Amino acid sequence: MTLTLRPKLAFKVPIEAECITPDAFAGKTVKEIGAMKVWEGNRQRSLDELFYVEGEGGAKPEEVDIRIIGDVHKVRRIGVGMSGGEIKIEGDAGVHLGEEMTGGRIVVAGSADSWTGSMMRGGVIEVKGDAGDYVGASYRGSTKGMRGGVILIHGNAGNELGCFMRKGLIKVGGDAGQFVGMHMRDGTILVQGGCEGRAGAEMTGGKIAICGSVPSVLPTFTVDSVKAKVKIDGEEVAGPFYLFVGDQTENGDGKLYVSKAANPHLKFYETYL
Amino acid sequence: MTQLHIKNGFVYDPLNRIDGEKMDILVRDGKIVDKLDGKRKRVIDASGMIVMPGGVDIHSHIAGPKVNSGRILRPEDHFKDVEVKTAKTRSGVGRSIPSTFTTGYRYARMGYTTVMDPAMPPLKARHTHEELNDTPIIDKASYPLLGDCWYVLEALRKGSVEECAAYVAWTMRATKGYVIKLVNPGGLEAWGFGGNVRDIDDPVPNFEITPREIVQGLCRVNQLLRMPHTIHVHTNNLGKPGNYATTLETMKCVENMANGDKPLIHVTHCQFSAFKGEDWRTFESGAEEIAKYVNNHSHVTTDMGQIVFTDTTTMTADGPFQYILYQLSGNKWVNSDVETETSTGIVPFTYKRSSFVHAIQWSIGLELALLIRDPWKIYLTTDHPNAGPFTYYPRIMSWLMSRRAREKLMKKMNTRARHKSLLPTIDREYTFYELAIATRAGQAKSLGLKQKGHLGLGADADIALYKIDPSSVDPSRKYRLVRRAFKNAAYTVKDGQIVVKNGEIVKSVNGRTFWVDVGTSASLMEIEPKLKKEFEDYYTVQYENYVVPEHHLAVSSPVSVKA
Repeated sequence: MTLTLRPKLAFKVPIEAECITPDAFAGKTVKEIGAMKVWEGNRQRSLDELFYVEGEGGAKPEEVDIRIIGDVHKVRRIGVGMSGGEIKIEGDAGVHLGEEMTGGRIVVAGSADSWTGSMMRGGVIEVKGDAGDYVGASYRGSTKGMRGGVILIHGNAGNELGCFMRKGLIKVGGDAGQFVGMHMRDGTILVQGGCEGRAGAEMTGGKIAICGSVPSVLPTFTVDSVKAKVKIDGEEVAGPFYLFVGDQTENGDGKLYVSKAANPHLKFYETYL
Repeated sequence: MTQLHIKNGFVYDPLNRIDGEKMDILVRDGKIVDKLDGKRKRVIDASGMIVMPGGVDIHSHIAGPKVNSGRILRPEDHFKDVEVKTAKTRSGVGRSIPSTFTTGYRYARMGYTTVMDPAMPPLKARHTHEELNDTPIIDKASYPLLGDCWYVLEALRKGSVEECAAYVAWTMRATKGYVIKLVNPGGLEAWGFGGNVRDIDDPVPNFEITPREIVQGLCRVNQLLRMPHTIHVHTNNLGKPGNYATTLETMKCVENMANGDKPLIHVTHCQFSAFKGEDWRTFESGAEEIAKYVNNHSHVTTDMGQIVFTDTTTMTADGPFQYILYQLSGNKWVNSDVETETSTGIVPFTYKRSSFVHAIQWSIGLELALLIRDPWKIYLTTDHPNAGPFTYYPRIMSWLMSRRAREKLMKKMNTRARHKSLLPTIDREYTFYELAIATRAGQAKSLGLKQKGHLGLGADADIALYKIDPSSVDPSRKYRLVRRAFKNAAYTVKDGQIVVKNGEIVKSVNGRTFWVDVGTSASLMEIEPKLKKEFEDYYTVQYENYVVPEHHLAVSSPVSVKA
């Protein structure tokens, strides 16, 4: 059973809509859902002032299927803390998408903004386009980043991907920005393109694999060996890869795999093997 | 003229020896009176409720540069707890280090009306008072840190207690301070050079003076100046296994200066100073020894510094201790040195039930509170936010009042710690009367606040009403009711005005800032030229700019004493 939300207008100011989750919609009629409160800038509005709400929900979060048709890149905090069900966004999504979610699935046909899946513990977020910064990261100041679940980004991702990540999987189809897996404790990150450097800064555990080019590897990583392939979530990604271990400033034991073929300028590391 | 008639409540007013009597309290113009004029009055029906004086907190870090650095350090702490603006209150954030306005509101909601900020670097007094000005409802005061000040150390080294007293008197006026505070005396000065003092007889580098001499010297100064409170001491070696011996030595070192039964020294957040054992593995409680000493001597008062199992932020002026805590936890941290005066450290910390050391620490706090027989000697604090945010006080009250509540938590904590704890052997449970002493009367008495902590004639009309009926509720069994009642006061009255009703702020008023105005005799006043030279040589601030003028305080309330 599907609930459809369509924006009534092109939003100009940010909208805080943490109520758009299967958990909040479960067991409510369309009218009740339309009456839920959201903030548009500094004004409080009901959901049906901003969206056409149609369709039918379910009794439990797992039975609720939300479709958002239109551009909602100004709408923040969609799917916050959701535990089940599905949200499909046919357009771009705003910041803090699926923050702290514990289950269910979010699919974005367009791009997602920063803080997508930050602090998430379970479930799946799939972004067909690009994503902003701090994907799967922790809140500012906190050391608890992503603690489970899967984030799939088909396009590019921004900076500080998986900051303070503790568990789970992030896959990026395109390139990533700076500081991939910064402060990472555990979990897995696969970047199929390149990244802008400083990957794994201050990581203490976990696994990062970068299949494209990197400008350099941080001097606090030691080269360990050359591997023919790397295993990511049970699947093998063909290499060869240089395997670096670090970050030594934190006595870390994180593993950083960097493609050998895409990075001929890292060949000098082989003399240390 | 506002008049209040609080009818038929069960009144607990230990300073006037009233133990749960059903009686009326009358208020006119912010004071307790014995009769009202005319008919214009507001009546509060307090039947089935407890009526107590407004709560007093002797030690809670609520303002100052260190608290603010803690706020900056911990955005993730604000994120968890947001208070939205209402018609009467401002918005705010923060769980372990709430913003200033929120601090005032939350204390008032629990029925607390007087709170003391215990660590103000004298150089940062201006900032501290600006924050206190923005902390509404509650009355407050601040304790300047004097135990490591160069001028104090220099004067005491020369053996010139009078000169030291003159300086302390000047500092109280200049910084608008209330109490002489010592934090790890000597240790903070040593920390400026990367060191620490090992015990109470280890000389401070460059000053050839021992912590013992600093404690004794400032205790003598405190007596000379006739300060309202005693010296307020955070002991050496705080937070290290085996430090109970240092604590006992600190208490003993002023023992023979006693003058009658008057307390001489307040050993604050005693839980952190009552550790026994060689190292963290052999860690155990030294509460029994401390309690035995305090029971047998009248010159010591203490407060608990009770641990709560939660995520919090530790912040003290004890730089070396915070450095150890940073090494233990690996968390982010802040450390700073305040010129010639003191130091600071901040480390976020989580106390866990499953941790052996943390569980023992939890036990030590309660053992102290229950083994020290006289509730006038030990007060309820968490050293907010070091051992836990002040919002957890109701939980601690329930632990004090109910053995059952203690046992319930103990079942869930570290097994080895549970077997080592003395708590299962202690049957004592606080009564409401004793609770009133530990949370208001005792603290007000110790602070020398004559208008606070009681409901006698002429006292400030700071009153807290809690929705719990002591004639029908057994706090030992119904500890959850106790928690609920003390969490949200039915009414809080501040200076005769109703500020809280059913746990909601209905009116925000400005609280006073107390400070000690020492009237010194002429012989004590001749330090000004020397002080000016001191400022030129050592300080980054001019002498003239250092002094906080009285108009800088929103509501100044000087307490005059005659040296």
